Amino acid sequence: MVSLVEMPQAMPQQLSRQNDRRADEVNGAEIMIDVRDLDFAYGANKVLHDVTLDIPPQAVTAFIGPSGCGKTTLLRCINRMNDLIEGARITRGAIHLGGVDINAPEVDVVDLRRRVGMVFQKSNPFPKSIYENISYGLRIAGINKRSQIDEAVEKSLRGAALWDEVKDRLDEGALGLSGGQQQRLCIARALAVEPDVVLMDEPCSALDPIATAKIEELIQELKMQYTIVIVTHNMQQAGRVSDHTGFFYLGKLIEFGPTTKIFTNPSERRTEDYITGRFG
Amino acid sequence: MIAAPSNRRRSRLLERVLFWVFRIGTYFVLLCATYIFLDIGIKGGRTVFTRTAPFVNVKFLTEPPQTLYVFDYQGKKMELSDREFREWKTTHKEDVDVTSVSYSAGGIWPCIVGTALLVIGSMTLALFIGISCAIYLSEYSRDGRFIRLIRVAILNLAGVPSIVFGLFGFGLFVIFFGWNVSLLSGWFTLGLMVLPAIITASEESLRAVPQGLREGSLALGATKWQTIRKNVLPYALPGILTSSILGIARVAGETAPIMFTAAYAMRDEMPWQVSHWTNFFFQGVMALPYHIYVVSSKIPQNEYTERVQYGTAFVFLVVVMLIALTSILLRERQRRRLSW
Repeated sequence: MVSLVEMPQAMPQQLSRQNDRRADEVNGAEIMIDVRDLDFAYGANKVLHDVTLDIPPQAVTAFIGPSGCGKTTLLRCINRMNDLIEGARITRGAIHLGGVDINAPEVDVVDLRRRVGMVFQKSNPFPKSIYENISYGLRIAGINKRSQIDEAVEKSLRGAALWDEVKDRLDEGALGLSGGQQQRLCIARALAVEPDVVLMDEPCSALDPIATAKIEELIQELKMQYTIVIVTHNMQQAGRVSDHTGFFYLGKLIEFGPTTKIFTNPSERRTEDYITGRFG
Repeated sequence: MIAAPSNRRRSRLLERVLFWVFRIGTYFVLLCATYIFLDIGIKGGRTVFTRTAPFVNVKFLTEPPQTLYVFDYQGKKMELSDREFREWKTTHKEDVDVTSVSYSAGGIWPCIVGTALLVIGSMTLALFIGISCAIYLSEYSRDGRFIRLIRVAILNLAGVPSIVFGLFGFGLFVIFFGWNVSLLSGWFTLGLMVLPAIITASEESLRAVPQGLREGSLALGATKWQTIRKNVLPYALPGILTSSILGIARVAGETAPIMFTAAYAMRDEMPWQVSHWTNFFFQGVMALPYHIYVVSSKIPQNEYTERVQYGTAFVFLVVVMLIALTSILLRERQRRRLSW
């Protein structure tokens, strides 16, 4: 099996996190995730039609659109979470991550998911302690050195802006945290395995405005290091946090471009209608 | 529309009648349970407890069954066990008119041990196979005709009478595999009998674990098995243990499956007195339910056998309760470790 983790030569410049290049233009060589002519179906029910878009590294890309438009499905294609759903499959096209076709038979899905972390709509901390939640990903990756894990736990909790709130109760249950803290814990948990990409599926939909603001702030910080793809229902949120926005409608990508352009001067009528709240 | 008065009266009468039917039905259950427990508690208590210190009939709990010898000697009524009677004979040369009653002296220690061994072995086996099967059905298998066939098979297995399991075990394990009447045959027979209950309950507990926990684990790069072992099975365990409690009561209590496969009416050696450790698995054992059956139906009845019957039943109930209690405590400890 070709391991995605062990073949950095297949993924050019994007992997080097030190260089803090910002891709404000979608075109050019810097593409982290390349979705090409993608059709996707649940059994006979086709939900994505001919989706093509390039997601740049170290930036936030938002998918917006009304419910059932396929944005979450596309997100879950990127770390192959849809493999779990019976009858769900890509019927045409491909997704490349750093130049590697993620659905190629020689790609190990476990390696892929280690590189592409995910934060879910409904925060799902494990019913274990805060510490165990963060160390989970490391332990399953075979890292057992206590000092190394301690270090990673602190680093990822700091990364998720949660460290100061929980540093004195790492051994307490994660379910005792507030909703916003739980979601940030899930982000920290995803960061602990040092992924390249973090997928976020409506991460704030169950949170109050203050917790939402915290997470949005966090997303801004994280994009320095990670490629972030976020699905959101909240248009203001997409406007606030993302660099690029894709608008989906009925399984089609209607428009994709820099967020400022999409929000101020969309080229498609339907995008404008949705953003101004005329439908959706 | 308002109902006519006669109609209303009839429906009110029906209400009252039904209320009393339901109520009496419930009380009837209570009455039966009370009667059974009191009857066994009082009659069995006479055998198990004593009026003098240490207030427990230690002999009954720690000795194997012996034949009881009853006779009159110098106007006194003597009740001696086999061993005591032989000792007595060495000092008393007189001829006495003796009545012997099988199994009515000594105790039931080998039956307690045998039942414990049968429960431990068969539950280990059933939990191992049952949980494996439940994991396969709930986590791995995709719905299809074959899986549906398996489910029907499991349901049907649950409906098979225990005596049929006994015959099946006798045919397969005792005769065909040549294991004879042995612990191993009993374990497999009893294990198969509780398997459907354990599979069904384990699968339900596995399915009750939120899907989000599986996805969260997989999204971190865990393999399917890592996810199951670390993030699904631990949360399903309390439910699985609950189902095993019912399984234990059934395994310990059934007589039919072991009467051809594992149980001896009488055996002098204890299970650990074997010439080679491998023989341990190929020995028959005494068991509490079978002992009750033997003393109640295989020997002439009198006041002395009644003592053993009720004493054994009493101990039997206590043993089953103790095992169930252990599982409940275990489950509670598991539950407390996970705050959902």
